[in-house]
Amino acid sequence: MSELVVGLEVPSRGSRLRAACGDFIRRRPLGAIGAAVILLMFAAALTAPLISPYDPVQVHFAAMLAPPSAEHWLGTDSFGRDVLSRLIYGSQTALIVGFGASLLGATIGALIGVASAYFGGRIDLLLQRFMDVLLSFPLIILALALVAILGNSIPNLIVAIMIPMVPRCALVIRSSALSIREMPYVDAARAAGFTHSRIILRHMLPNVMATYLVMLTAFLGQAILLEASLSFLGLGVQEPLPAWGLMLRGAAVEFAETAPWMAIFPGVAISLAVFAFNLFGDSLRDALDPRLRTQ
Amino acid sequence: MATLLSVSSLATQFSTRSGVVKAVDGVSWNVEEGETVALVGESGCGKSASALSIMRLIAEPAGRIVAGSVMFKGRDLLALTEEEMRKVRGREIGMIFQEPMTSLNPVLTVGRQLTEGLEIHLGMTPTAARARALELLGMVGIPDAQRRLAQYPHQFSGGMRQRMMIAMALACEPPLILADEPTTALDVTIQAQILELMKSLSRKLGVAMLIITHNLGVVARYADRVNVMYAGKIIEQASARELYANPRHPYTEGLLRSVPRLDEPRRSKLAPIEGQPPDLTHLPQGCSFAPRCRWREARCLESAPELAAVAGEWHTSACWQAEHLGAVAAA
Repeated sequence: MSELVVGLEVPSRGSRLRAACGDFIRRRPLGAIGAAVILLMFAAALTAPLISPYDPVQVHFAAMLAPPSAEHWLGTDSFGRDVLSRLIYGSQTALIVGFGASLLGATIGALIGVASAYFGGRIDLLLQRFMDVLLSFPLIILALALVAILGNSIPNLIVAIMIPMVPRCALVIRSSALSIREMPYVDAARAAGFTHSRIILRHMLPNVMATYLVMLTAFLGQAILLEASLSFLGLGVQEPLPAWGLMLRGAAVEFAETAPWMAIFPGVAISLAVFAFNLFGDSLRDALDPRLRTQ
Repeated sequence: MATLLSVSSLATQFSTRSGVVKAVDGVSWNVEEGETVALVGESGCGKSASALSIMRLIAEPAGRIVAGSVMFKGRDLLALTEEEMRKVRGREIGMIFQEPMTSLNPVLTVGRQLTEGLEIHLGMTPTAARARALELLGMVGIPDAQRRLAQYPHQFSGGMRQRMMIAMALACEPPLILADEPTTALDVTIQAQILELMKSLSRKLGVAMLIITHNLGVVARYADRVNVMYAGKIIEQASARELYANPRHPYTEGLLRSVPRLDEPRRSKLAPIEGQPPDLTHLPQGCSFAPRCRWREARCLESAPELAAVAGEWHTSACWQAEHLGAVAAA
């Protein structure tokens, strides 16, 4: 079972949450570091206009390819745009696309997975074979194809990254939902005269929440990486919008030897973000797994 | 009293790899308004499959109701659409399951599980449903209801959970409750409490109950009438008193003889029924109990006797020697 909190006392929701957070930090320091980086990213994205020293799209021909200095902490690119400001604004793009795609992908996948397990039989068979077809494409190829068909606005990018995630989530959620399907409380819910959709949404879905959360955090890192890859390949976010993958492209390659900061810092940002989400996701899985909880 | 539920010639089959299992093989019985009827038999005799067939919750496509009718308040439940059937479940027929430990959803509060049915079936507002939930918890004897409603099932003991299940089954005041082995998973002292509770509530609210059990003690104390099932068929029907005093089927008699009794001198050994229950995919040609029967004759192996009335109060038995058995017992 995936009860988040076990105990006879029922403390208030706030203090329970605080205790759970404290526990998480103490037992999973790596996960806490991941969470800290994620929070930092969020803070940067939310306060971008306040904290970024320059306008991210403002071209300064006087300061082209300037190395890191007191004025431009992380240097400037071939158009004289401040790299730090573009990184800060880029975190917005990364988070919007990352969260949008992984949230949608994991949620749709979870719904398909639970429904598939609940109905079983022919519906399960058809859904699963359709998922298998989607799974047979490598993540990036499918996303590339979709973005090529849909065009590369940010909403389309989210859809293109989300779709390859759906079958991966559906597969995992289905397997845990299959064991939930056999629990007497699902039969009891049917005997109480509830509709299929109510049983799926209200009775089964909350029981696979732990799996869902873990898939979600794993997808977040992947989605950010995928967005960066697509932007790098020229099929993602378009200039002059600031995006990390985009910053690695074009002039960054051309001037890689003379102005390495143009490529290094966005690269570090991408790796750090993906690493942070993976660390957090791993620790979250451990924290939610009752068998590992006592360690 | 009017007949509330009338099951006739109900047959439910399961297709398995080793053949078709006739879990319920043409059974007929009824429940009058407000009475308690027991369905007794050993594991795998088709008791639970009967209950699930009435609720139309047999797992398809492996399981299928192949014949019969289930008349409930003048309607044939087997002919209803899925949508109409959904309104019967929970609203008109409540169900109590065997496993109180796993029949409540671990991630929903007890209060939510209790109010959900009220809001859906009776269209109550959340406030009204909550008031009713408090009243129900009081009725099933759960103290400190206010606090209990906010708790999760893991904070309840087995007995308390079964009380919860009873409250949930009673919530919409259905005229009939099916209780599938309601006390099997509980320890003995709690069993008695739960049964007393069910009995008193059914009397007070005029709810008819079908108790499915393998425990003859439960039957004796709480049922008005008894149907004994063996290998998917009803083999004896009688009022509870009559069945105990005057069993007319060797299987029933064997069951009664294998119950340890405190009011008789201690015997060195219980008298069990010899042999194994039959394989439901390959039932013998004659009476399915014949291979284990002490009174077996040649004709028992050739053709199976139908249920036939015997002397006594509302008493039928499916045995060639029903009358003879009565004479032996009387002697």
